[in-house]
Amino acid sequence: MSLLEIKNLHVEIEDEGKKILNGLTLTIEKGQVAAIMGPNGSGKSTLAYVLAGRPGYAVTEGDILLDGESILDMAPNERAAKGVFLAFQYPVEVPGVATMTFLRTALNAQRKLRGEGEISTPEFLKLVRAEAGDLGINQDMLRRGVNVGFSGGEKKRAEILQMAILQPRIAVLDETDSGLDIDALRIVSEGVNRLRSPERSMIVITHYQRLLNYIVPDVVHVLAKGRVVRTGGKELALELEAKGYAQYTDEAA
Amino acid sequence: MPAVPETVDRVRQIDVDQYKYGFVTDIESEKAPKGLNEDTVRFISAKKNEPQWMLDWRLEAFRRWQTMREPTWARVHYPKIDYQDAYYYAAPKAFKAPKSLADVDPELLRTYEKLGIPLKEQEILAGVRKQGEPSQLDGDMMEGMRSSGRVAVDAVFDSVSVATTFKEELKRAGVIFMPISEAIQEHPELIKKYLGSVVPTSDNFFATLNSAVFSDGSFVYVPKGVRCPMELSTYFRINEQNTGQFERTLIIADAGAYVSYLEGCTAPMRDENQLHAAVVELVALDDAEIKYSTVQNWYPGDADGKGGIFNFVTKRGDCRGKNSKISWTQVETGSAITWKYPSCILRGDNSRGEFYSIAISNGYQQVDSGTKMIHLGKNTVSRIISKGISAGKSQNTYRGLVTAHRRATGARNFTNCDSLLIGDKCGAHTVPYMEAKNSSAVFEHEASTSKISEDMLFYCQSRGMSAEEATALVVNGFVKDVLQQLPMEFAVEAQKLISISLEGSVG
Repeated sequence: MSLLEIKNLHVEIEDEGKKILNGLTLTIEKGQVAAIMGPNGSGKSTLAYVLAGRPGYAVTEGDILLDGESILDMAPNERAAKGVFLAFQYPVEVPGVATMTFLRTALNAQRKLRGEGEISTPEFLKLVRAEAGDLGINQDMLRRGVNVGFSGGEKKRAEILQMAILQPRIAVLDETDSGLDIDALRIVSEGVNRLRSPERSMIVITHYQRLLNYIVPDVVHVLAKGRVVRTGGKELALELEAKGYAQYTDEAA
Repeated sequence: MPAVPETVDRVRQIDVDQYKYGFVTDIESEKAPKGLNEDTVRFISAKKNEPQWMLDWRLEAFRRWQTMREPTWARVHYPKIDYQDAYYYAAPKAFKAPKSLADVDPELLRTYEKLGIPLKEQEILAGVRKQGEPSQLDGDMMEGMRSSGRVAVDAVFDSVSVATTFKEELKRAGVIFMPISEAIQEHPELIKKYLGSVVPTSDNFFATLNSAVFSDGSFVYVPKGVRCPMELSTYFRINEQNTGQFERTLIIADAGAYVSYLEGCTAPMRDENQLHAAVVELVALDDAEIKYSTVQNWYPGDADGKGGIFNFVTKRGDCRGKNSKISWTQVETGSAITWKYPSCILRGDNSRGEFYSIAISNGYQQVDSGTKMIHLGKNTVSRIISKGISAGKSQNTYRGLVTAHRRATGARNFTNCDSLLIGDKCGAHTVPYMEAKNSSAVFEHEASTSKISEDMLFYCQSRGMSAEEATALVVNGFVKDVLQQLPMEFAVEAQKLISISLEGSVG
């Protein structure tokens, strides 16, 4: 069975009634890293939000199955406990809440939903220290408020740290490369690559082929006007870089 | 602080608008006749066996009160209070001042057990239980404090102080901690010297009323150079129907002394409103320090705004000596109406006043609270950190006054008022007044109003937290600066209380 099946998904923005996804169908295998590329407005970020369960989007048709089970009626935290993780394009600041506290609260909340006990303090500290070290995140950052005063690169590294701690089964990286210089891009990509495993799938959303030099995908899907218009191997990304998206926006029209 | 998972458990256990402390204790009580006149004042004074000078003091206050008008400047709206339709004195029947816990009505003790008040600290003294051992008490309000032990408690039930713990140990340190009714008998010289010296009988409508009819409260005197060996604490409980509670607290820290004092309050759920008009006076002499913390959790009324406590309180500290310090920390979650401005008179040179406040309003609660910092001495410093959180249909106002007298050279104030809105039917208001009559005064004021955004909630939820857990986390982050000022065990409890108060405000 595939890990994630998105079937004929139609999505509107609730208040405006504007249709964004138009019969999107996509399957992600266990352990697969799938890149999703596409022009602005093709529905990439909407797909990421709908997977994570953000309010404000109405699914009018279709389904999303995780391990064969529909997640559409699940609250965002229930999806998280099932292993869905979204690395935000614009991580949100939570003033006054230390990153350390945030991580621990999140991890324990998930464990509780799964009927597991809370993580012990030494175990948790060990886990965070190891992962933070690899990502170049120092103690000072862990003590500061979540994303407060972080640079663009620090925010993205902190997202990857959260992913490393929460150990999701399907991680959605929404334009994780945006706003990163080349060094930060390398650190973040290495962090993501360390988390690749036969048990973990990833959806890497990006505009640019550059990120895929670092995180090499198993498969590339092209999204246009709210549906998948082409699927290919990693070489498809290079072709897109050379030719642009124009042909797909026309094809889809 | 990893208290958040616990708070979430707590939130889950509690239904919307279920007030945990809303039980009534079935104790026969003796009341003064309904209504308020000179005879009521005489009745109360006689019940307390008071000397003539005390009765005269009360009567003078009462006569003045009759000429006064209820203030209307606060941003709170409530039906007119009929002062003749209430009882001004209620005492558990056949009440005699208990010599030990064994003499206290077991029904009363059970009430305090439900509240989780560590009256059974005495178990420790008696050797029944060692410090740190779990108590048989199942109330959990103060479990943190119980396990750490060493908190002396004075408990006030309706109009009477029912038990004071650790009296002997405090006595050895020279600290006087007793019901004010006893202090009037045993230490008249201190009462005559200090009572009404910070909040005069003529101060304001509610304080004057209190002066006439106050029934009991706590008295603390810490002598020269003594650091009080433990936290002192008072619990106030209104039980009787239609009864007002008017307690009076007086704390004096003599030169070089230090004391930390905690106050907690609860009341049963009643359909009608109950009046609470307390007065607290603090006096800090040269180099002395008083730290006063309050966790106020009076019944706030039901989900439709019915019932709840009207809380009209006058709290004022006088930094009378040089280098003295008074700090107020409050966590306000209860009451239908809150009208409260713990203040500092910075009279001594180099004295320091602090005010740290978390005021939470939900449902139909109305809060008008803040502080006054009156700079009279040279190089006096004050600091105000106020965090208002409004949810439901509540209104939350910060009202603050900072003044520097002509002589207050080098006065400095820093004020920070932040408001957080949860939902779109509540309101937050900030009304700062500042007045400097000395050109060297430096006053700084910062204020902000923010909303818990959908983005923030979704971000937390996408990491595995429920809407309630996410709100609790965000709110705890917002109030962190103030929580840090509370004694540690209290801070954990306050954190729980905050989550409970905000239950049902999201989603």
